[in-house]
Amino acid sequence: MKRGLPGWARRLRVTLWTLIVPPTTWAVHFLFSYLWASISCAKVGAFATVPVLFLIGTILALIVIAASGWIAWMQSRTPGDAPPHQDSTDVDRLRFLAKSTLLLSGLSFVGVVFTALPVVFIGDCR
Amino acid sequence: MSLHAQDDPELRRAQEERLRAVWAPPQGLFLRWSDTNNDRVGVWYTLTAFAFMLFAGVLALIMRTQLAAPDNDLVSANTFNQLFTLHGSMMMFLFAVPMFEAVSILILPQLLGARDLPFPRLSAFGYWSFLIGGVFVSGSIFFNAAPDGGWFMYPPLTTRTDLSGLGADIWMLGLSFIEVSSVAAAVELIVGVLKCRPPGMRLNLMPLYAWYILVVAVMILFAFPPLIAGDILFEMERLLNWPFFDASRGGDPLLWQHLFWIFGHPEVYIIFLPSIALFAMLVPTFARRHLLGYPWIVLAAVGTAFLSFGLWVHHMFTTGLPKISLAFFSAASEAVVIPTGVQIFVFIATLWAGRVVWSTPLLFASGSLAIFVIGGLTGVMVAVAPFDWQAHDTYFVVAHLHYVLIGGTLMPLFAGLYYYWPMITGKKLSDRLGRTAFWMLFIGANLTFFPMHFSGLEGMPRRVFTYPAELGIGGLNLASTLGAYLFAAGVAVICVDLALSPRRAVGKRNPWDAGTLEWVEDPGDDTHWGVRCVPLVTSRYPLWDQKDFVKKVDEGRFFLPDAEEGRRETIVTTVLDARPLSVIRLGTPSFKPMLTSVALGGVFILTTYHLYWAALVCGFATLAMVLWWLWTGTAEIPEKECKPIGHGIELPLYVSGSSSPGWWAMFITMMADATAFSGLVFGYYFFWTRHDDFPPEGMDAAPGMFWPLVAMGGSLASWAVTVAAREVHARGGVGAARMLLVAGIALSAVGVYAGLAGPWLAGMDPEAHVYPAIVWTLAVWTAAHSGVAIIMMGYTLARSLAGRMTPRHDAEIRNITVYMHFLALTAVVTYATIGLFPEVA
Repeated sequence: MKRGLPGWARRLRVTLWTLIVPPTTWAVHFLFSYLWASISCAKVGAFATVPVLFLIGTILALIVIAASGWIAWMQSRTPGDAPPHQDSTDVDRLRFLAKSTLLLSGLSFVGVVFTALPVVFIGDCR
Repeated sequence: MSLHAQDDPELRRAQEERLRAVWAPPQGLFLRWSDTNNDRVGVWYTLTAFAFMLFAGVLALIMRTQLAAPDNDLVSANTFNQLFTLHGSMMMFLFAVPMFEAVSILILPQLLGARDLPFPRLSAFGYWSFLIGGVFVSGSIFFNAAPDGGWFMYPPLTTRTDLSGLGADIWMLGLSFIEVSSVAAAVELIVGVLKCRPPGMRLNLMPLYAWYILVVAVMILFAFPPLIAGDILFEMERLLNWPFFDASRGGDPLLWQHLFWIFGHPEVYIIFLPSIALFAMLVPTFARRHLLGYPWIVLAAVGTAFLSFGLWVHHMFTTGLPKISLAFFSAASEAVVIPTGVQIFVFIATLWAGRVVWSTPLLFASGSLAIFVIGGLTGVMVAVAPFDWQAHDTYFVVAHLHYVLIGGTLMPLFAGLYYYWPMITGKKLSDRLGRTAFWMLFIGANLTFFPMHFSGLEGMPRRVFTYPAELGIGGLNLASTLGAYLFAAGVAVICVDLALSPRRAVGKRNPWDAGTLEWVEDPGDDTHWGVRCVPLVTSRYPLWDQKDFVKKVDEGRFFLPDAEEGRRETIVTTVLDARPLSVIRLGTPSFKPMLTSVALGGVFILTTYHLYWAALVCGFATLAMVLWWLWTGTAEIPEKECKPIGHGIELPLYVSGSSSPGWWAMFITMMADATAFSGLVFGYYFFWTRHDDFPPEGMDAAPGMFWPLVAMGGSLASWAVTVAAREVHARGGVGAARMLLVAGIALSAVGVYAGLAGPWLAGMDPEAHVYPAIVWTLAVWTAAHSGVAIIMMGYTLARSLAGRMTPRHDAEIRNITVYMHFLALTAVVTYATIGLFPEVA
């Protein structure tokens, strides 16, 4: 483990649960976006002119995804053999899961940006 | 058992005798159907799903014949409606999903070096449910009673009993029954992949098929329950006149579309991913190298699984939802291209980097990729809302979906058939017939479906039983029909190949020279034990990389090479690192699963014909069967604490809590239950969002706060008491734990009474408006769960009194605690929604 990783992040174990943090964040953001749009359109009757709530939600989601990607990246640099991490050792298993988490963070980041884009381009509820 | 001991051939022979005896399938004309072993049940399952596919294919041929020429009158409009509804429903529910479960039940244990999956009787139960439900649904067409509302069953056409006959009930109830077996299989497969891997097979060594199965089974848990919730609402409307989808009484047909497509879109990926998983097994074999980019495949599988849930509204682009909502779903639909593309490129790169052996399975695989890519590209087109507004409900969409399904599901399955047939039977299929069939299928599929893009763009709508000659699409349709016959002939060639198989000689073991575990066993001999011994795995391709691997397995030099106590057993390991945890005893052949599914089938089928009392009797019979099954077949206290599995390792024979497969099964089942529940809650808030008269005037105070809060209190107290009982029991306080369970039963009864008293005493009439209907639904759902809690606590108490549960052997109480966690959550959400939310809103 290189310097730069805080103690709490180093202590985080990589598990199947950490693997799904980035896509789950995407899912929560997606649901939030959909609910935000449909409730504000149905109950307020108009597209919120300054979508502050939406902006905060999106930035929050991106921060969570970026953070879990960064932690995964640091964990994937645990010293060990070069890829393809296919030995039955603790280090290889950890680096495999960390790398998969990192890749999923990338995908989820793109997914959240994709979901946020319509708000920039579509300004009403019609 | 030391390594040294296995050198003795006498000992090995004796071990094999014992294993053979323990795993011997029941013989006899009648008894053989009581089998639960995966190699038998998996074969039945596969053959049944294949038969349903052939049947649904014949329906499609009749449709194509009808459409071959303009103004044709081969079948009536009514029959045509039944044909396309049944074709779509059968291909989805009776072929694609069950086929994935069937293949997985068949090959997953071998792939994981396990003797069987953890719940063999559950597999058998799933199979029998599938068979009964499938025959019920597909047989309806012979009585002119098949569903005719399209496989999506959109209300109000289908909910109005004057517009749709018995067919809609047959669809709803028959397929709900089959969904039960899908969820059962999902539980079995998830626990199998997570807990029954061989020692050493950490997550980074798991065969990719297992990764995909894990992902797909989890998807089933989140996709099927919303449909089950929708089915419940749908049948309440049809049978009891509760107006969930009736706009004149505050209901909304769009709610059905939401619930249906929350299931329906992930469904496409549920059937696509396992087929792609077959590629992930056969591509490395024929490229003669390890698959490139293993973590990328995991990214693709997990990423696709998540994104596929954000796509459902792209089936509803033309329903008039706000554009901003549509745009979110359009964005997610485009994003799913990324992981889908990744997996295709991984396969291409692996083939590119390897020394390719051009076999029949690989031919099928590459051909299907070509077809799938075309379907994917038109998928990107229809994901763009403005294009979809033009192409919606035309043959363009028919072309798109068939390209995706034939390229992404059917052809890969044929690739898998040619690849895995030698593993199941020991005999290879004919290369000549296989290649002939492939080219007929490939040309036939393109000839059938490519012209449909144009007939769609020319304006041919879907689901019409004929079209006028003036439209000028007769030629395109004739081409499609000819293609369909060519395709069907290709399938017939495959059937001939399969039919000739019994006459062929048994070939050599592992004929493709593959590297993964499923090829370890020799299918030529009469063993049914799964693996001779559970291996130690240290590589992704142990047959290629681990020295003398097959020989060591054959000689029983790894773990659990014997069955000293005459019991069927396999090893349970940890989730992340596959460290051995315990030895579990597996279910033996029994008629209980079959009888349980017959009883449960009675509930669904008799309800279809409005024979409610008989259905109720079947309901009690099902409950009795389940309790009998659990009492006699689960959480048995073993005759000794531990047993040696070889190499000086001793493992316990009984574990409880999160180490045990039973606990995981309960947890996973409850995930599905919670998802169905959230579908109902979604319904409540959906009505609230869309309708200003929800709740309607004069009913806005009902059911009040008092009774819902009492019910919430009762349910939370019974949860707390159960947790306390578990803790006290683990510390030896058996008497106190029993008292607490009695208290838990009483408190759950308060939950049942108070939960129903709210809407009852407020005089809410569920037929009057959707508000009382959905409030009743949530209350009845939660009260029913409290009722099940009473049964579970009573069962646990009985186990304790009968001496079948002790502080050391406490699986029952730990498992029901999991149930109670979910019940507490359900109660809080329900009673906060129906009791508190109207005050806030």
